This record gives sequence, C-alpha cells and structure tokens, in this order.
Amino acid sequence: MTIGDWLSEAANWLFLFLAVPTLVASVMVVSSRNVVRAVLYLVIALAGSAALFLMLGAEFVGWTIVLVYIGAVIILFLIGIMITRAPLTKSVDLSHPISARAPAALLSVLLFGLVGWAVVVSFGSETIPLPDEATRTGEIGVSIFTTWVIPFEVVSFVLLAALIGGIVLARRDEAPAEQQR
Amino acid sequence: MSISLAELSRVAVFLQEHAEEVQAGDGGGLAAYAWLIPVVPMVVAFLILFFGKYSPWKGWGMATAALGFVAVYGAVLAVANLRDGIVAEFSVNVGDIGTFAIEWGWVVDGLSILMFFLVGVVGFLVFVYAKGYMRGDARYTWFFAAFTLFAGGMLVLVSAPNFIQLIVGWELVGVSSYLLIGHYWEDMDNIDAANKAFMTNKVADAALFIGAIIMSLSAGSFQFSEIFARMIGGETTLAQFGFWAGLAIFIGAMGKSAQFPLHVWLPDAMAGPTPVSALMHAATMVTAGVYLIARLFPFYQLPDFSGSLNTIIVIIGAITLLFMGLLAIVQDDIKRVLAYSTVSQLGYMVAALGVGAYTAGLFHLFTHAFFKSLLFLGAGSIIHAVHSNNMSDMGGLRKYMPVTFWTFLIGTAALVGIFPFAGFWSKDEIISSAYFNATNDPEFAAWFMVVLSILGAFITAFYMARVVSLTFFGTYLGDAKPHESPAIMTVPLVALAVGAATTGLLNIPGLTAVFTDWVTTRAFPIVEHHFAQPEYILIAIITPVVLLGLFIGWRLFGPSAELHHTGTSGEAADVSAPERTVAVERDTFRIPALYPVLENKYYIDDLYMNGIVRPTMGPIAAATLWVDMNVVDAVPNLAAGVAKQAAASVAVIDDNAVDGVYNLAGASTGATGSFLRQFFPGRVQQYVALSFAGVVIFAALFVIF
Amino acid sequence: MTIVQWILLGAAMFSVGLYGVLTRRNAVLVLASVEIMLAAVNINLVAFDTYLADPEFTGQILALFVIALAAAEVGIGIAIILMIFRNRHSADVDELNLMKY
Repeated sequence: MTIGDWLSEAANWLFLFLAVPTLVASVMVVSSRNVVRAVLYLVIALAGSAALFLMLGAEFVGWTIVLVYIGAVIILFLIGIMITRAPLTKSVDLSHPISARAPAALLSVLLFGLVGWAVVVSFGSETIPLPDEATRTGEIGVSIFTTWVIPFEVVSFVLLAALIGGIVLARRDEAPAEQQR
Repeated sequence: MSISLAELSRVAVFLQEHAEEVQAGDGGGLAAYAWLIPVVPMVVAFLILFFGKYSPWKGWGMATAALGFVAVYGAVLAVANLRDGIVAEFSVNVGDIGTFAIEWGWVVDGLSILMFFLVGVVGFLVFVYAKGYMRGDARYTWFFAAFTLFAGGMLVLVSAPNFIQLIVGWELVGVSSYLLIGHYWEDMDNIDAANKAFMTNKVADAALFIGAIIMSLSAGSFQFSEIFARMIGGETTLAQFGFWAGLAIFIGAMGKSAQFPLHVWLPDAMAGPTPVSALMHAATMVTAGVYLIARLFPFYQLPDFSGSLNTIIVIIGAITLLFMGLLAIVQDDIKRVLAYSTVSQLGYMVAALGVGAYTAGLFHLFTHAFFKSLLFLGAGSIIHAVHSNNMSDMGGLRKYMPVTFWTFLIGTAALVGIFPFAGFWSKDEIISSAYFNATNDPEFAAWFMVVLSILGAFITAFYMARVVSLTFFGTYLGDAKPHESPAIMTVPLVALAVGAATTGLLNIPGLTAVFTDWVTTRAFPIVEHHFAQPEYILIAIITPVVLLGLFIGWRLFGPSAELHHTGTSGEAADVSAPERTVAVERDTFRIPALYPVLENKYYIDDLYMNGIVRPTMGPIAAATLWVDMNVVDAVPNLAAGVAKQAAASVAVIDDNAVDGVYNLAGASTGATGSFLRQFFPGRVQQYVALSFAGVVIFAALFVIF
Repeated sequence: MTIVQWILLGAAMFSVGLYGVLTRRNAVLVLASVEIMLAAVNINLVAFDTYLADPEFTGQILALFVIALAAAEVGIGIAIILMIFRNRHSADVDELNLMKY
C-alpha cells in the first residue's frame, strides 16, 4: 500500500489528527523546561491516547484512561511537583546536559528504527478489521469475570499493597520524644 | 671319658633292657587337666593386677588360693604317682617353623610332679607368711601379682615338654625375679641388685638359647621326648655337637642356679623382701637350673652324647659348694649368710647330677626347699622384730622369740645334716654316690667332689653355728624391742619345720624308697646306683666333722666368747655410780690372710665390674651409639634429607606456581571489578540506559538472525 | 487502517518516553516519562487486540491491568520521591547516587 492509498481512507485522516498531537505532546513532556507544563502536556498525550482507543473500539479502556490516568495519576504528579518544591517557572535544569542527551537520543532513535523496520517488514499492509457492534464493554466485563478473574483479584491485591505502602512510606516520622527512647 | 662303640652299644642294650621300668600309667583325667597348674596362677596374677585393689584381702586371697590349688593338685598327683606311676605328655600345636613344630603342652611325670608339689606347698606357706610380713607395704597388691606371676612362670617352666616353652617359663621367672628383687625400688641399691640379677641371668640365658638351638637343630625337634627318642635311635647329630649343646645349656643352668662364677647375683638379690628370698632364691627359682639338667638327664647321663661334660659339671658344683660356703662365714647380714648357703647347697645338687646321682640330687633339692625356706622365713621373722638385717644388731633373741628360735634350730639341724633331720639323709646320699663313683670308676672329679663335700659339711656347720649363736644367744645389741611374730608368720614356720624334720625319712637307704619311686617315673630310664644300705664309712667320717664344726662355731661365737667392757658412761666420773656394761665385743674371730679375701668375695665382683660392666657402659656403649647414629642411621638420614629437599622444592612450586594461579585469578578479578565499577556511578538513569542499550542490541540480533 | 501505523505510533511514543527517562533530572518528570512508555504499550496492546479480534479481549484486559498497575506504581513512586525529598531536600536524580561504589 502506498502513502496515497493510505491517505485516501478517512479513518486514517482521523488517526493522523489524533496521533500527531499525542506524539507532539509526549515530545513536549520530555523536553519542556517547565515542570507544570510538562505534566499538562502529559495530560494531552494521555487524552489523545484515550481518543485513539475509542477509534479502535476499545471504549472501556479509553474511558478508564480518562478516569484513572487523567483523573488521578495526573493529580498525583501535580501533588508530587508541589511537595518537592519544583521550580514552577521556566528552568534550565530540568534535563541533563547535551552530553547526556545525545546518546539517549541516539539510543531512542535506534530503538525506534529497529522496531519500525521489523514491523514494516513483518506486517506490510495488513489491515485492522474494526468491530461491528457499538460497545463491547459488556463482553469485556464477562471476560474479566470469567477468564481473567484471578488476575483481576491479584491486581486488586496489588492495589491494596500499593495503598498501604504509600501510606506507610509517606508517614511523618515519630515524635522526637518517642524517638529518643 | 671317651666312649667306644662297644660302650655305646652297651648303653643302648641297657636302655632296652630297662625299658619296662618306664611302664607307668598315663595318669588319666588328673594328668589331662594338669594344664590348670601353670595356667591358674598366670591368670590369677593378671586378675590380681587388675582387680586386686578391690578385693577384700587386696590380692592376697586370690594369690594364696591359686597356690593352694596348685598344692592340692600337686599332692593329689603325687599320691596318684606313687600308687600307679604317671608318665604323660600333652601338646598342642600352635605354629610351625619349617619342619619344627612349636607346641604348648604339659608334661606330667615324677620330676614335674615333684616341682608342682614343691612350688605349691612351699609357695602356699610362704604366701601365708607374706600376708603378715608385707602388711602395710605400699605396693602390697602389686607384690602378690608379681609373686603369683612368678609361681605361674615356674610352673610353666617345669611342665614344659619342649625347649620353647621352657625358655618362656625361664624368662618369666627371670622377669618376676627382677620385679620382686626391686620391690623396694626407692633405694638405688635395690635397683642395682635387680639389674645385676637380671643381667647375670641374661648372660646365662644367651648360652641357654645357643644350647637349645644346637640341640634342637641336631635332633630336628624342640620336644624333649622326641629329642631323646631320636638320640637313642641314632637319628641325630648329637654325637658331634652334643658336648657344645650340653655345655651351653649347663652355662644357662649355672646362671639360674648361681653356680660359680655366675653366682654374683644371688647375695645381692637379698635386697628383695624375705618371702621372695625364701620362695624364689631358696626353694624354687634357683632350682630351675638343677631341674633343667635333671630334665635333660637322658642326654647328660650318656657320655657318648655329652662327652666329658659331667666332669665339668662335677668340678664346678664342687667348687661352688666349698668356696661359697667359705664366703658365708664372714657375712654380717643374716640373709646373706643364708644366700651363700643356698648357693653352696645348689653346688651339692649340681655336683650330684654330675656324678650321675639323679635321685640323690633331686632329693636334696626337695629337702633343701623345706629347710632353706624355713630358715629364710625365720630370718624374716627376726628382721621383722629387730628392724635390721645385721647380726651385729641381734643377740639373745631366744628369750623373746621362742617359736622362731626352735623352728630355726630345726632348720639349722636339717641344713648341717644332723640325724635324723632331712639334710642328713639327702646330703649323705649325695656324698655316698660321689664316693661310689669315685671308688668304682676312679676319676679325679669324683674324688674332688668327695673331699670338698666333706670340707663343705664342716664349713656349713661352722657358719650356721655362728648364725645361731650371734642371733639367739648372748646379749641383745640392738635398739628395737624384739617380740615374737604374729601367728600368721609363725604357723608357716612350724609347718615348714615339720617338713624339714620329716621329709628326710622319705628316702632312707634300705628302708624307704618313696622318693626314689616318685622321681624315677619318667619316660626314659636312668642309669644310677641305688643304695641298699647307708654307707657307714661316710657317716663315720661326716658326723664327727659336722659336730666339730658346730662345736668350734659355738665356742668362737657363742655367749662364752663375748667380751663385756665395763665402765661408767659420761664425762664426769661418778664414783658412786655402779659399773655396767657399756660395750660388748663379739664376732671377733679372724683369720688374717683369708678373711680379707672372703670379705671382698674373692674380688670377683670387682673383676666383673671393672672388666665387663664399666667398659660396656663406657666405651663400648659410646662406640655402639656412634655406629648406630652414623652407620645404621645413615640410610634413613639420607632418605630424610632427600625428602626434605624434595619437600622444599615442592613448597617453592606450591608457593609460586600453584598459589600464583590463585593470586592471578584474584588479582584479575579485582582488576576487572575496578574497571567495571566505573560504569556504575550510582545513577539510575545510567543503569536504565545501559540496560536498554542491551535490549536494543539483543533485539537487533534477534531480528537480523 | 493498517496495523503498521498503530505499531509505529506505539514505538515512537515508547522511544520518546525512553528518551525522557534517560534525560530528565527531576524525579517526577522521570515518572511522567515512564507513564508515556506505558501509554505506548497500551496502544500497542489494544491495537493488536482489535487486529486479532480476540474473543477473550486479552489485549484490552491486559491494557486495563497495565493501567491499574501504572497507577499503583505512580502512587508508590511519588511517595518515595516524597521521602527522598524529606531526607535530601532535593528531587534531583543526580543527587541520588548513594548506591555508588
């Protein structure tokens, strides 16, 4: 398939419309000089990915991303920024000097190149069959609670552990009087 | 005495003619179980050694019970022997050397029964006595263990049917003698005495080994009965080597029976406790040499095999008899007198065997055991009372110790040969045999023996009279308070006195021949003369001689010879103080030229000391050491030196090469670590970068290949 | 739509996230870069799920798990950054080199 054929499909234009901002936002996350802006660019990237999920017919995952990621994780990030007294204005110290950035960039480009080349060679022009029904959430629910019920429970335990761990880790130290016992 | 073929055949014919004399019963079960006689004391000796301390009588009970068992069994065997005659021999093969069989066994015939009886009865009485004598001794249990070991060893010796077992028993009694003489080893003199006994016996033992080897090799067997059978059957080379074998064996016997010149150990052996002197050095151990010659009598009585050995035996016996008796005159220690007396009497026994008087010699051995051990035990009783061995500390003890006195007197009478006590009969029989030999088969040795025996009888009477006078009569010169010994010591004295008084009656020539019947039950006939009546000529000569000796001794040393010096004591002469005896002089008889020689024991001890002992201990020992260290040890030293060098080079290799590998491994690891740690500065992002770089590389490899 | 475009998008976002992890000095932003990587993984998973029309919806459910675990991870991560900040008064990863040799 050629670029021309690919561009002739309307879905691909939608794809490009959603994918490009996502990608640009992620680049901005890693290169912005303002901490808060970096986190907000992360929001955009995640929102973009959620929209892309909707395109693929995985609406449950998409809305979960919106709820969990953008709703809670981002808040955590912002709290983290606040508590660590990160400089809220532009700052040049947010990234390593160029001497460290160059090899990292090289590495990333290599990785992308390798994967991309492998994928293109393997998959060529195969298409994705989009689903027919409007929502597949019910079936996902059924699948979670039948086939994937044990990992589901395990994940809930993991979340519990993370909850407790977070509380324990972030506790203030004991009062000085008690400490000197 | 050379032998001609005619005489050889005469002997053979005689032996065949007298073959029926040796018909005797085989002793049945009694003889079959006679192995218990040596085994029981040996086992009991070890039991006492390990368990004696915990037993009620501290080992004395076990020892005396063992000896009592031997005495009873020996008595039963003696009675059976007198009734039926027993000649039995049992052997068990325990190994082989080439064609020679090594056997352990026991002989039951008249001779060995005699010894069983002696060791058992006299030993039992001496053990009973020793309970009182050794009371309070620090090594009481050990004493009885060693004493029982001696009894066992002696019984092994006398029941031996072959040379090997005989030598085992010989050595056992030698060792026990050493242990017991050195019982009071806190004093160096006692240790020296024990060493002297052991070493002198060792010299003789070497000769015994040589003789035994020659005889066994000539005959092709160790066993006595086989040797004799082959000897008479003409299958041995003993006709050529017999003289040397017999001489060597006789030297061995000389050592054990303290004949001149190997007598030097016996007087010193008096350093041991008196029971030891009584049993070992009077009655049993020293008679082992006499026993040996008696056991080999078929060999010694046939001059075609033993050559002129008999002459040598008689001469040595006679010399011992007289010259040792002379030494007894000058001793102050009562036990030494008795020791020299023992040596002298042993000379009698040896000479008797030399002239072919088998029964007479053994009879004297038997009676001597009783009266000599009686005398020793009596001396022990005296020593116990006055706490001194020396007669210069004694005197007038007859008042304080009546039982000891009377038993000692009986023993003395037996020893000097007063009718009707034991010594009279046994000594007279020996001298009669010698006289018979001298008159029928004239030879210098026999006459020599007769003359010296008569002189010896005089000397014996003389010194015993001296002993009795100085000890029991006159004034008491010691410091202790003498008292009679307890019953446990006096009862054995009385028992032995009975023996000394009566055993002579066993063999009155012409009247009783009990003893003769007893000892002549043996496998081979003995060619000897049996007297039908006493030789009255000899009695007529000897009895006055003996009485003269007693009389002169009594006059010279008795109470009438004491010089009492009176006077006042102290510096200030107090006229009113009564005069009293302050000093008593006695025992002053001296023969000016003779006595110094006697007191120095003929300088033989000095000769041995300076001629043999000092050179050996000094230069010879040093030379031997040098040879051993340098010549004999050269090979091991060389091997050790080489090994050391090899070890040193191995060590070098080990340090450098082997350890080098490990050092290199360690150093390279360290170096690699130091190099690699530069890549891990602790910054996580760097770690992530590196790991992802690895991922990329692997992915690339996967994809491409 | 081809599957290739989705995978390429995922690969690109992953590489970008990797670049951020290696480059950023602020610990919070490193976490944010990790989030980008995880989002890229999600895209990949869901794209393949739709491509393969899995009746079990394995890809989507796996993506849900990833989201849950990512959230847990961010929670703990922020807590850790908080503690480090309390001790060292800085959120700069360059100063977190106590594990140096």
